[in-house]
Amino acid sequence: MASGALSQELGSVGLAARIRGRPVVVAIVGLVVLAAVALAGVGLGSVRISPADTIAVILWRAFGIDLGATWAPPTEVIVWELRLPRVLTAMVIGGGLAVAGATFQGLLRNPLADPFVLGTSSGAALGAAIAILLPVDIAILAFGLLHALAFGGALLAAFVVFRLGGAGGPGALTRLLLTGYAIGSVLAALLTMAMYVSGSDLRQIFSFLLGGLAGASWPRLVVAAPLIIVSCALIVARSRALDGLLLGDSAARHLGVDVRRERGILLALASMATAAGVAISGLIGFVGLVVPHLVRLLVGPSARRVLPISAIVGAALLVAADLGARLAGDVPVGVVMALVGAPFFLYLLGRTRSGYEL
Amino acid sequence: MTIEPILAAEGVTLAYGSRSIVTDANLAIGAGERIAIVGPNGAGKSTFLRALTGVLTPRAGNVRLCGASIATVDRMVVARTIAVVPELAQLPFAMPVDEVVALGRLPHEPPISGLRPSDRAAVVAAIERVGVGQLRRRDARELSMGERQLVFIAVAVAQAASILVLDEPTAHLDIRHQVEVMELLRDLNERDGTTIVAVLHDLALAAHFFPRIVVMDGGRIVADGPPAATLDEAHIRGVFGVDPALVRLPAGAA
Repeated sequence: MASGALSQELGSVGLAARIRGRPVVVAIVGLVVLAAVALAGVGLGSVRISPADTIAVILWRAFGIDLGATWAPPTEVIVWELRLPRVLTAMVIGGGLAVAGATFQGLLRNPLADPFVLGTSSGAALGAAIAILLPVDIAILAFGLLHALAFGGALLAAFVVFRLGGAGGPGALTRLLLTGYAIGSVLAALLTMAMYVSGSDLRQIFSFLLGGLAGASWPRLVVAAPLIIVSCALIVARSRALDGLLLGDSAARHLGVDVRRERGILLALASMATAAGVAISGLIGFVGLVVPHLVRLLVGPSARRVLPISAIVGAALLVAADLGARLAGDVPVGVVMALVGAPFFLYLLGRTRSGYEL
Repeated sequence: MTIEPILAAEGVTLAYGSRSIVTDANLAIGAGERIAIVGPNGAGKSTFLRALTGVLTPRAGNVRLCGASIATVDRMVVARTIAVVPELAQLPFAMPVDEVVALGRLPHEPPISGLRPSDRAAVVAAIERVGVGQLRRRDARELSMGERQLVFIAVAVAQAASILVLDEPTAHLDIRHQVEVMELLRDLNERDGTTIVAVLHDLALAAHFFPRIVVMDGGRIVADGPPAATLDEAHIRGVFGVDPALVRLPAGAA
């Protein structure tokens, strides 16, 4: 028994020691993988395009660099107009959801938190359902009513939850989580009502709930990407507050963190990144919950490492899942991610049980 | 000769809602002092500490840090001046002990780039000083209560503030570690000049290691002075309601 305890201790020492000092390596490996899946994402599909042609087209269209390669005009359309915006959108949304998830988990000190704990998912879905049911059709900059109402619904839900449940004091985090659950339930009930009366529009509402990147386009990316990227950058800049909150509210306060203010700002930024993402892609789960945990297994819990690396891993995961979904005949991306990702995550959980846990 | 206190409570009254916790507390803490606050459960000691460290705003009265009202001092400056040993909260994620201790450097490190070499040195020094070096790479969530208590003391030591505040720092420790923590506090005080303010339950430890004792009862400060004057038979009987013979104080204290 004694030797068992000792070896367990040594095991955890070894793992923890190997973890330390590795974030740069993990980040570089992550970036390489991200570049590879992005290239595959642009190149693979019903029409295969070689990596060389893919790179040549991108360099030509993005930077005007002529590598002397030639390609058929359809190749350029497929790469530049169809697949590249979709891959970049998946990258930005996947990274944004992962950063938002890591932020919510840290802020709420709850490993089960995901980007949707404040009711953003139900808010977005209800907004989208209303837009689908309304007999009007307006679009500004390729942003239809659906995107606008989904975005607004997500932000509004998060705002209401924060206003009702965001007071400080003992039990504050539990109150916030339960408020999010309650508001989410109300919104979900309204959504169910909307689906019940939707008739032939049901399929469209359902496809928003499943999530997917088929609606990606350059104009939508150009509007959503800055919102997501700026929100995430501002979250990363506040890593210190997130780290302080690991020890709890009162300890964070004694370490100089303005807990109320920082929590409000971080919740707002994470909700913004989430809302801008789901407005385009619909509800995509799993990334925001699982990627931060995966990253913590690799580099430990410090927000300064978890946030940027989560962005990279989340981006790569969603690009890969979207590619898989396309190759499998346009099944919903969430289905692919959960079917492939969840068993992998279970495997990791099982492997690490004796050593460095989540 | 009056020396301006580094931390002072002036007529501080504290209440949660309509429930009054502390009434008209006056306490002047000089730089380099070592003070133990004692009193029965519910006397208002922890609440008073929360006011002294700027977390709780007094209903009446004022807390001054180096002469300035503590509410007006920048939080980061307060955090670099007053270190408080954190409550024994459970961590939400696995975290090696040395990373936990490194959180004590938050008020010092640059916001974006993080720990500098000097911060890392302070973390290592704090770990050595509190004697938790053998725990460095352990997951803080796997530690016993006593070990975690020592680690959290190391967080506050790494904060390297001129005032160290502790609320029952020995609650979960065995007698040897209790004494070691007391010796650490005395060492920080005498060698580094750190001002120490600690809420303690063990009157014998307080009398032995602290030259100044503040006795609280029913939300008021009822005695303030050296152990001989504050932990005498009358106070032990009157405030704590026990037979003084049950509390063995070091010779000369009572």
